[in-house]
Amino acid sequence: MRLLVDALIVLLILTNLRLVASSHLAACIYVVALQGLVLGLLPLLVGTDPLTLRACVLSGLTMVLKGIIFPWLLLRALRAVQVRKEMEPLVGYTTSLLVGAVLLALAMWFGRRLPLPVSEASPLMVPLALFTIMIGLFAIVSRRKALTQVLGYLVMENGIYAFGLTFAREEPLLVELGTLLDIFMAVFVMGITIFHISREFDHIDTDRLSLLKD
Amino acid sequence: MSLLLLAVALLGFSGLCSLLLGGKRSGANTLGAAGGVVGSLVGILPAIQVLRTGTTATFYHPWNVPYGSFFLQIDALSAFFLLPIFLLSALAALYGRQYMESTPGGKNLGAFWFFFNLLIAGMALVVTARNGILFLMVWEVMSLASFFLVTFENEKESVRRAGWTYLAATHLGTAFLFVLFFLLGRESGAVLLDFDSFSGAGSRVSHVADVAFFLGLVGFGTKAGFVPFHVWLPEAHPAAPSHVSAVMSGAMIKTGIYGILRLLTLLGTPTPGWGWALLAMGLVSGILGVLFALAQHDIKRLLAYHSVENMGIITLGVGLGVLGMSSGHPALAALGFGGGLLHVVNHALFKGLLFLGAGVVLHETGTGELEHLGGLMKKMPWTAGTFLVGAAAISGLPPLNGFVSEFLLYLGALGSIEAQTMAPAGFLVIVGLALIGGLAAACFTKAFGTVFLGEPRSEHALRGHEPGRSMLLPMVLLSLFCALIGLCAPFVIGALCPAVSILTSMPFPRVESLLSPAKAPLLWVSVGGILFLVLAAGLAGLCRRLLARRRVEQAGTWDCGYVKPTARMQYTASSFAQPLTRMFDGILRTRESLDRPEGLFPVYAALKTEPRDLFNDLVYRPLFLGVEWLALRLRWLQEGHVQLYVLYIALTLLALLIWNLS
Repeated sequence: MRLLVDALIVLLILTNLRLVASSHLAACIYVVALQGLVLGLLPLLVGTDPLTLRACVLSGLTMVLKGIIFPWLLLRALRAVQVRKEMEPLVGYTTSLLVGAVLLALAMWFGRRLPLPVSEASPLMVPLALFTIMIGLFAIVSRRKALTQVLGYLVMENGIYAFGLTFAREEPLLVELGTLLDIFMAVFVMGITIFHISREFDHIDTDRLSLLKD
Repeated sequence: MSLLLLAVALLGFSGLCSLLLGGKRSGANTLGAAGGVVGSLVGILPAIQVLRTGTTATFYHPWNVPYGSFFLQIDALSAFFLLPIFLLSALAALYGRQYMESTPGGKNLGAFWFFFNLLIAGMALVVTARNGILFLMVWEVMSLASFFLVTFENEKESVRRAGWTYLAATHLGTAFLFVLFFLLGRESGAVLLDFDSFSGAGSRVSHVADVAFFLGLVGFGTKAGFVPFHVWLPEAHPAAPSHVSAVMSGAMIKTGIYGILRLLTLLGTPTPGWGWALLAMGLVSGILGVLFALAQHDIKRLLAYHSVENMGIITLGVGLGVLGMSSGHPALAALGFGGGLLHVVNHALFKGLLFLGAGVVLHETGTGELEHLGGLMKKMPWTAGTFLVGAAAISGLPPLNGFVSEFLLYLGALGSIEAQTMAPAGFLVIVGLALIGGLAAACFTKAFGTVFLGEPRSEHALRGHEPGRSMLLPMVLLSLFCALIGLCAPFVIGALCPAVSILTSMPFPRVESLLSPAKAPLLWVSVGGILFLVLAAGLAGLCRRLLARRRVEQAGTWDCGYVKPTARMQYTASSFAQPLTRMFDGILRTRESLDRPEGLFPVYAALKTEPRDLFNDLVYRPLFLGVEWLALRLRWLQEGHVQLYVLYIALTLLALLIWNLS
């Protein structure tokens, strides 16, 4: 079991790196979908208590939302705006990978230094969570297209979810559902907004939307 | 105590009701004013009770705000401030009903009365709150309510600017108070920020008390309008409706004085340095306030600067008291605090009266510009008479109340010169008070003379006539109070004792025995005043009898023997004040543009003067321009790219995390 969890964690780390190294927007969406599926799977494997129905339902709901519905919404928006690639990102792909490596090292260091109780699942859980949050932030900072920024936001949220997993296998149902609903609405609205930005300005480059800075 | 809570509830409830009635103007107007009057009158009762019986009333209720508790207490000091606050507010509310009737149609009077009654309740709670959090909260309620009252006529650009100045000043002051209370709370180590737990917080480490005193002086001084924190006063008072100016100037800025006095009782034995600081602040505020007042052309602006001056006089008294306490001269302490406290009440009475009088002038003629007024005494004798009483009182002339408080300060100062250790302080106070009194008399001669005497200077002044009874009654009452305190001075001294005994932490009988030497000369002053009044009345009767059987003719004032005099032949306000303003030109820096008359038969000449404020020009404008310059230098940070903003946040968080972990 432990081996499986560690393998999944490594897989998640790789999806994070893949996200910042890819220029195809569709590929990025698939990567995030994969991340969502794996994350949804994790709570079933972590921990020692017997599985409850509630945990299974929540885990299933997470997988459906993060792995299927969000990607589908975003792919639809992508088709509508007819953009395929992230051209000229603010930070190049090779550099992004290097930054990702540095962030990974930083996350490992934090994981050791942070005064947290050691997770029962795997010592890699805390570094993974921190790394995912940082990669999400980095994606928001370093990319121009609004769609990539939505992906960054989603990844960041995944990181927070993983952080919660470290300590409590079951968060209160209400909190869990509330968060899921929040992200769902956010992605829904952002998908529509991207479409409208594209229709209005013929592009979805957020760095060109700076007229309102005052 | 329950009466005070009832008063606050009444004020809040009537304010809310008139807010809901906002659409129906006259209903909201009457209900709001009635609520203000009744609430204030109910609130006076507990204050009188505390002062009469010498007990303290307490109300305590736990509160789930961190560090907070709902802790109210009326002791003699609070009661002494509650009295002028409620009295003036009740009269101003009565006056305000008619004053507000003539405001243009679109105005929401419900909102006005809501904030007015909130201001009264806020002031009452400020002087009774005994918990830091509660105090800061009601302090903000008071400040914000007065901000909305100042900006009542917010369609005028000048009013909006005055409002912003006031808001910025009051919040900067409050920032100091926040630091003050949390510093005291940290030093005392108590769970709640109750005032009781502060006592002794300062005495353990001496510099903490010094820092706390400095913070309080700046924070409370901003509200009280000490120079150099006074710049909001001459902006805000003219902008507000007149009865609001009366309440703000007569009562609200006194909460600043109250704050300093309450802080002094919490910090334990004062050091001489504090006394000297207060003395210096009082002298500078008093002298500069009256000097700036001399140069003003607008009657409410002039009165606002006189508030600065009177705050200075009160602070002189407090400074003398602190010096007396720190150097072990109980008589000096009692007289200084006593004079200062009495002047708090006196200033509330005569400044309230003067602002209400100025309000009548403004209301009836539509202008407050001194050079456009004149000759109003013939049309509004009651207004002129009460204004004259106020003007004489504020100039410190016997037998009115302004004289009594200044007399106590003179007595204290003379005593300190006799005692020799504090001689420089006494000398400074005597010279300063004399200078202030003289200049104030000159300034009010100018104000009263130009507004009420002579001939009308413009068609504005022709319009004036006496206002309705509900506006006159408060003014008549206030002038009666002014005269009453002046004539009954020996008995008024006794009422000061409980509050002074709290401030000096001396037992009541000792304070009474220390203040009693002042009674004998004051008795002479009262007797002299009564004799003077009798004599004046007798002379007036005689004059009337002698003239009864003769023909009485009326002629224009200042016609100088010409056949066709014009109103422009009169002395103007500026020309009357010019010898004095010229003398102090280095401080006043009045901007002048003069077109001299030329040739033997000049056809055109003009003089334009524009009074300025030294501190606005030399301190605050450069300061705020500097802040703006710095802010513009930082503009490169704000590029408009979302990515950059997120980067700032992420880097800050990362840096903090790394700094914390390593």
